[in-house]
Amino acid sequence: MLEIKNVYKTFNAGTVNEKVALRGLELTLQDGDFVTVIGGNGAGKSTMLNAIAGVWPVDMGKILVDGQDITRLPEHKRAQYIGRVFQDPMMGTAATMQIDENLALAARRGAKRTLRIGITKKEHDEYYELLKTLDLGLENRMTSKVGLLSGGQRQAVTLLMATLKRPKLLLLDEHTAALDPKTAAKVLELSQKIVSENHLTTLMITHNMKDAIKYGNRLIMMHEGHIIYDVRGEEKANLQVSDLLQRFEQVSGGSLDNDRMLLS
Amino acid sequence: MSFLTSLMNSMPGAVAQGLIWGIMAIGVYLTYRILDVADLTVDGSLGTGGAVCVVLVLNGVPVGLALVAATAAGMLAGLVTGLFHTACGIPAILAGILTQLALYSVNLRIMGTGTGGGKANLPISVDKYGLLVSARYVRDMVLHNPILILVIFCLVTIAALYWFFGTELGCALRATGANRHMARAQGINTNVATVLGLMISNGLVALSGGLLAQYQGFSDINMGRGAIVIGLAAVIIGEVIFSRVFRNFALKLLASIIGAIIYYIVMNFVLRLGLSTDDLKLLTALVVAAFLAIPYWKGKYFTKPAVKKGEKHHA
Repeated sequence: MLEIKNVYKTFNAGTVNEKVALRGLELTLQDGDFVTVIGGNGAGKSTMLNAIAGVWPVDMGKILVDGQDITRLPEHKRAQYIGRVFQDPMMGTAATMQIDENLALAARRGAKRTLRIGITKKEHDEYYELLKTLDLGLENRMTSKVGLLSGGQRQAVTLLMATLKRPKLLLLDEHTAALDPKTAAKVLELSQKIVSENHLTTLMITHNMKDAIKYGNRLIMMHEGHIIYDVRGEEKANLQVSDLLQRFEQVSGGSLDNDRMLLS
Repeated sequence: MSFLTSLMNSMPGAVAQGLIWGIMAIGVYLTYRILDVADLTVDGSLGTGGAVCVVLVLNGVPVGLALVAATAAGMLAGLVTGLFHTACGIPAILAGILTQLALYSVNLRIMGTGTGGGKANLPISVDKYGLLVSARYVRDMVLHNPILILVIFCLVTIAALYWFFGTELGCALRATGANRHMARAQGINTNVATVLGLMISNGLVALSGGLLAQYQGFSDINMGRGAIVIGLAAVIIGEVIFSRVFRNFALKLLASIIGAIIYYIVMNFVLRLGLSTDDLKLLTALVVAAFLAIPYWKGKYFTKPAVKKGEKHHA
């Protein structure tokens, strides 16, 4: 489904701030894989997702989706394959546009935007039903500006937008990190529900080790720009947080260092 | 008493000028508010619109067609700024300044076409040519009173933009202005959207320039100087007065036009009070600076310390 082959990315090359963010990254996802990603500060987790999404070009290597090489495709063209939810709740939605207008924009991901009307009556009714499933009361505020919503509500809407047009790949970049614990749990449950209902291939970065173990069928640990631990199925389901820490120290020769990491 | 009479006498002219600059102000609104780009091309493209319109009419082109050509010329100017910004990576403000500067030469060239040599000022007489709007008839109760015609222009402009920004493409433009990250993540080519927005904006500004040249009876190389500030003044006055009442997009555009009319009424008023026309630009700049500063100060010194719900907070 997704193949990342020997990808390198260096920021600020040739300066004192030079940072090798991806160092020979290799990853292959099967259809329907739900992979959680953990790792310390600067391990390259977000960089990996940005490389897949095409935020900037990579220095070396190839990225393929369903066998098609997308390495040279600009960000907006890759969007037809990829749904994204960002860490910052402000980033995934247009604050000055209405809830229904945001959804209508997402429904046209990958399609040519023409002079047809931006949101039809039929769509509006569909979005009403869709928002109802969130159970946040948003279906009664469809013409409200998204900027009026709370962070959790915005992430829920962004999740809908990322999956409204079924993506081949869903990228969740610590999308609950900026939310309070209760809201974070709710958004995470919602993500799980949407992923399993639509059988979506998903990469989810999390700083919560428990969540990393609880969700998905596969877990990868990153360090210094590549994957140092890859576990799936039964073995992953039986993991403990202490196993992960131990594993990290073993492979990297240091302790897992992430200022937001939740160990318990 | 004579002060009041002369003030009242100047009102129709102020309204007509306000309507013309209102179309220009809508152009500024599109870039400044919707696209979130500060575009300084307008100082040049207003003159381009005036130059193209006058030269074409002088050379026997029907006035309607001349206005269409003026609009197209403005869109071309917007395209250049857009390409400077997106394809060449030049910051938007600088891209606009570059185009604006280049247009000074271009406008002189245009005004020299078919009239013999580059010209800084090109008069056009309403007696000899069938102009659409002229200051001469602004106080007459006739069908070709410019106010009537300009109101129609404004309403058609608002209707067309209201339709456009409701389409898929128009929504893509709004999304680009609202949040470029989100727009790209949803498959919108933000570069194309930005260029398109700049083209529409400058097309409107040039249309306004074409109307202005006819109205005042000449095209001038300096007619666009400071246009961006007048446009901003109109947008901001409109927002300050109507932002709580006008929620609908069409009404927001209308607010910019009313803002422009109020601007010209106030300018007329201060002129009647004895201020020199030479001082108008200073006054305009100060008014715009004040209106831009007030919301900032309000936010900085007069906000309640309560944390708003939904504000972003990091774990």
